Amino acid sequence: MDNHEQKKSRRSFLQNLGLAGPALLAGNVLLAGCSSPENVSGKKTKVLTADNRLVEVDASRITDASQPAEKGYLTKRGRKGLPGKKFVLVVDLGKCKNARKCMDKCEAVHQLRPDQHHLNVLLMKDSEHTSPYYMPKHCQHCDNPPCVKVCPVDATFKRSDGIVLIDNERCIGCRFCIAACPYTARSFNWYEPIDAEKYRDIPYDIEKNVPQKKGTVTKCTFSADCLREGKLPYCVSACPNGVYYFGNLYQNSVTNGTTGETVSLSALLAKNSAYRLMEDLGTAPSVYYLPPKDRALIPEIDGTNL
Amino acid sequence: MTDLYRRDEEIKKERLRELDTDLTKPINETSLSFKIWTGFLLLLIAAAGFMYVRQLRLGLSVTDMRDIASWGMYISNFVFLIAVSLVGSLITAILKLSNVKWSTPLTRISEIIAVAALISALLIIVVDMGRPDRLWHIFVFGRLQSPIVWDIIVVNTYLVLSLLLLYLPLIPDVAHLGRFMTHKPAWQQKMYRILSLGWQGTGDQLKLLEKSVFVLMVITIPVAFSIHTVTSWLFASTLRPGWDSTIFGPYFVAGAFMVGAAAVIVVMYFIRSEYSYKQYLTDYHFNMMGKLLVLTSLVYLYFNLNEFMVPGYKMKSGESAHILEMFKGDYAMMFWLVQTAGLIVPIILLVFKPFRKPRPLLIISLVVVAGAFLKRYLIVTPTLLNPFLPVQNYPESFAHYHPTFSECIITSGSIAGMALLVTLFIKLFPIIPLCETAHEIGIDQETINS
Repeated sequence: MDNHEQKKSRRSFLQNLGLAGPALLAGNVLLAGCSSPENVSGKKTKVLTADNRLVEVDASRITDASQPAEKGYLTKRGRKGLPGKKFVLVVDLGKCKNARKCMDKCEAVHQLRPDQHHLNVLLMKDSEHTSPYYMPKHCQHCDNPPCVKVCPVDATFKRSDGIVLIDNERCIGCRFCIAACPYTARSFNWYEPIDAEKYRDIPYDIEKNVPQKKGTVTKCTFSADCLREGKLPYCVSACPNGVYYFGNLYQNSVTNGTTGETVSLSALLAKNSAYRLMEDLGTAPSVYYLPPKDRALIPEIDGTNL
Repeated sequence: MTDLYRRDEEIKKERLRELDTDLTKPINETSLSFKIWTGFLLLLIAAAGFMYVRQLRLGLSVTDMRDIASWGMYISNFVFLIAVSLVGSLITAILKLSNVKWSTPLTRISEIIAVAALISALLIIVVDMGRPDRLWHIFVFGRLQSPIVWDIIVVNTYLVLSLLLLYLPLIPDVAHLGRFMTHKPAWQQKMYRILSLGWQGTGDQLKLLEKSVFVLMVITIPVAFSIHTVTSWLFASTLRPGWDSTIFGPYFVAGAFMVGAAAVIVVMYFIRSEYSYKQYLTDYHFNMMGKLLVLTSLVYLYFNLNEFMVPGYKMKSGESAHILEMFKGDYAMMFWLVQTAGLIVPIILLVFKPFRKPRPLLIISLVVVAGAFLKRYLIVTPTLLNPFLPVQNYPESFAHYHPTFSECIITSGSIAGMALLVTLFIKLFPIIPLCETAHEIGIDQETINS
């Protein structure tokens, strides 16, 4: 049975590749005009044209036109999860020193205002007698997501690879998902988004949720655009302190974004008595936390923040 | 014998003429206070319209809602208006089906309040949307799993039922008006004629009307319960402390009947004083409505006890922060004001008959309505401001919510819109059912028909 399924999916995958390959190439590569003959590099590249001819052009004449042939192609593609994947994030709280490189990177790539957070590093204090610690908090990409349940128009949805995304071309701005999320993980575009002019002509990428749109909700995407390219999420690779591990639950392996070290997920979780945020709510998050073992004593904590 | 019969006929006709003159007074006379009132409402609506256009341009940033308090005055106003609209079913359906006789002159008042409140509620919910231009997405991409979609379905069903319950009993009246209001402009006469659907007042037609209204009354009760139950689920279906409650449905319905009864009393009072309707909206009616208000308030008090006492006793983590915020935190003043002035004091006062006289009852009802508005505000806002995780790395203002001038104007505009609908209705149609009142004082359909 399993074998049969596998065969079938491999066949359909090859079929899709066969169909999509030339179409993508023809659609995504646009020959640049002849307006700038002075930058000829001399390096030739082979290109397949729309009528199936293999031609050779100068490499300098090729511009990548990520504008897909079909409108809404990125959205349609982004609604399906990456096959064979179930993404998990592990946050080692003992290592977080509040460098905030992850927050900065996230804000920059997702066209966010400084008061909008896909990712927020919180200063936590569990009880009176314990030391405080920093806790980076993303969308938990819950397996039982309260936000997805309440969306009236299927704008926010969960993919087969575990990622919860939002389609800001579908969102009506009712903000029910914000009310429903127990992790305060979502943000709304109350204003015209920052740098709106700069992003105006860029086609909407649902996996990055950029360009942002006024009057719609935005959230952490687990950097689904990076994952499609086989890279680690922006925040994970931006961390200088080795806080984040990211990987595929099905492969039981996660990779540290700073050291590049790949470890066994189950061993990492078991050895460090990992936990998930507010497990009792039944949301089943995809983000695991390793307790803050070596809490850096944080001097002069601003008491009002706690 | 025939003489006696003829005399009896004459008396009936005379009484009907009196009734006609009385009950069409609002249609025929336009007082200065009416003009000022209508002008005031139009002014508020125009101001709200202006502010809304500005909001469309600048986005919801013109409100004080932000990522923490992401719902605010618009949503609490929506809940308030939905609550008010429930009174339609209370007076027209529940009282009528329990064979209460005195409610006849109040049915149309409560039904037009219901219709106007619903229309206003539907508008304010569009005002709260970040992308009102995508309203059509709900019809194209609607997901039946979302409580918002349930709400849209039940609210619109209730609106249709309320419109029918307003319109069907109006048919004999407009047919009657069409016959004798010949001094009115042509469009108005034409409107009466069209709306009367060729009503002749035959026995068959009367029977059919009675049957349809009965069926509508039976259907409207569960639908009315469902609109406020589903509206409460917009909150109760989340995990947040203060909203995560199993009694939200009945708690909201009980509160709705209370504010609805108070709203009817307010409208009754002004109709009675404006048109000197002392013999139609009698002290007896006020007395009975006062009793109804005590009854509904007591039920609501019971639900409040359950809603706050039980979690307040346990002080479970999460819930306790919310409870303490209400009992002695930032919202304590408003909370205790609403619970005492808006609930406990009215109950105590209304137990005594002198307070059920029109004027004291009006004042109590106004307080109840204002309290009910604030109560919805207390249901929406404090919960959002106390999320599970600490509010950090946001501007200081995100930790609070104070509605902006723009929000207040738009909200008052929506309430003014509701009041204007009621006012215009009074101007065009007899607000006290004409034919029904005639039947009750012994004038038969034949006299009306002639």
